[in-house]
Amino acid sequence: MSVTPPVTASTLLRVDGLRTEFTTDQGPITPVDGVGFTVAAGETLCLVGESGSGKSVSALSIMGLLAGNGRITEGSVMFEGQDLAGLPEPELRRIRGHAIAMIFQEPMTSLNPVLTIGDQLAETMILHLGLTKAEARQRAIELLEKVGIPRAGAVVDDHPHRLSGGMRQRVMIAMALSCRPKLIIADEPTTALDVTIQAQILRLMRELSAETGTATIFITHDLGVVAEMADRVAVMYAGQVVEETDVYTLFDQPKHPYTVALLRSIPHITTPAGDRLTPISGSVPSLLHLPTGCRFRERCPHAMDRCTTELPALRPLGEGEGTHSVRCWLYDETGTAVSV
Amino acid sequence: MHKRLEPETGQSSARLMIRRFRRHRLAVVGLVVVVLMVLMAALAPLLAPDDPNRIFDKFESSPSGEHLLGTDSVGRDVLSRLIYGARVSMSVGVGAVVVYVVIGVLLGLLAGYYGGWVDQVLMRITDVFMSFPYFMVILILVSVLGPSLLTIIVVIGALAWPMIGRLVRGSVLSIKGSDYVQAAVALGYRTPRILFRHILPNALSPIVVNATFGVAQAIILESGLSFLGMGVRPPAASWGNMLSEAQSITVLSSQPWIWIPPGLMILLAVLAINFVGDGLRDSMESRSES
Repeated sequence: MSVTPPVTASTLLRVDGLRTEFTTDQGPITPVDGVGFTVAAGETLCLVGESGSGKSVSALSIMGLLAGNGRITEGSVMFEGQDLAGLPEPELRRIRGHAIAMIFQEPMTSLNPVLTIGDQLAETMILHLGLTKAEARQRAIELLEKVGIPRAGAVVDDHPHRLSGGMRQRVMIAMALSCRPKLIIADEPTTALDVTIQAQILRLMRELSAETGTATIFITHDLGVVAEMADRVAVMYAGQVVEETDVYTLFDQPKHPYTVALLRSIPHITTPAGDRLTPISGSVPSLLHLPTGCRFRERCPHAMDRCTTELPALRPLGEGEGTHSVRCWLYDETGTAVSV
Repeated sequence: MHKRLEPETGQSSARLMIRRFRRHRLAVVGLVVVVLMVLMAALAPLLAPDDPNRIFDKFESSPSGEHLLGTDSVGRDVLSRLIYGARVSMSVGVGAVVVYVVIGVLLGLLAGYYGGWVDQVLMRITDVFMSFPYFMVILILVSVLGPSLLTIIVVIGALAWPMIGRLVRGSVLSIKGSDYVQAAVALGYRTPRILFRHILPNALSPIVVNATFGVAQAIILESGLSFLGMGVRPPAASWGNMLSEAQSITVLSSQPWIWIPPGLMILLAVLAINFVGDGLRDSMESRSES
């Protein structure tokens, strides 16, 4: 379905042709169908797309955290030479929270209300790193200091309800970092926070990932956050990655019509006051009634006959560099626009 | 595991709960009465004026300086028997509840967490247990197994778990979808750890309240069974079997010192425990607001 992205020595995670299916009352749906990207060690990949584009399901698939009615039907999730898609539950458990940690969207509800901050931080480290209770507590305090929580020595014994949303998200970040993971998956970690706190948390995450060399998959629908955080970007539409490239190329030379349209629909500081933004016409197709061929064709200004019949593959542009891949019939292998 | 069953609530929320509980006057009075009764049971040998099974020459004697509550139809000191009887009531109450809370919590956790066919099977079994004519089954089981304190505890415990089971299942269903349980799974925790450390403590309030009322119910059941002669066997003293002396018309009409005190003790114990239950319910209700 898609061309295997190149494997370099530093590749930490390579997701390839991922397809995740859920059985529902209305029949099977595949919220993720053709997701591929690579994350190099220490790098931040932003997974960007609208609600329902399959960002979160992709993340949950990587972690093996799909609900009972969901499963990976195709593709591979290679993490440090292991295919996580085929790994039995006990081995996945050893990786979760240890080699791959996750940060969730809702800091207000992601901490257990009856356990202290310290208990929750320590539990992970006792389990995965085999620390003693005393060691874990000591390290919990260090971690809280590291994520910028004042009075860490006192907060460690507090219950979550004493902390604000921003503080709780800092705790979640501390928890994710506690076992020195190689990869952190952050699922819209700042969406629930107000803008100033959002900026603080983003800065903290950037600093920490630079300091610890942790790779990050950062899920967001906010292109501003993408510009702030990403080394590389994978743009998702209706369950598929439609474009993957480094962050500069994405903003300077977007190739996929969806990416182009997305960038046009956000206001820019140089946009004259009277100008209107260009919205994308139509809406995201329902997973139950996906169009044939290219999933974006109904909203695409460049749609051709071929788009109706054939689904384009995610193909690398240029001479085998493979740093920029697009899923669109407008481009041939060299990245030049095909004459229509 | 049992350590985990304790609520690991914070200072602040525990203190808040205590404050709410103390505002509940009747609950505080109830708690005092319950504590006194437990002390009475524990310290029975020190408190009782006589050996509860010692037979005096004077039977059916009315209260006097020698026997403060008189003697029963066999000639045993009523006050001593009353004090020793507290042991039976308290152990049945607590024992039976511990048995059924453990069963109910385990089954409720499994049904709620795993859902699907596990839930279906466990809930149908629960339905079956709930459709028994409760008292009849207990009577039959006790008569088959032979009446004794242990039998009563086991039989009540084995039959009374469905309420707790359903309660726990319901709580687990709502808690397992919460973000912090998702987070616990994403941290690589095993299912038992998630169940007992992350879910159960959050489902504790309704369990505690229900168990408290359960103690009162178990005490009533034991009294009823002993009254019918299917409970604690004489000569061992229980409030229920002391009450059964009132089955004789003479005792009922002219020797009230034999049956009124145990009757009052049952009433007092049940009332006190129910007040405590009310207080706990009111003070724990909004605890999860945190």
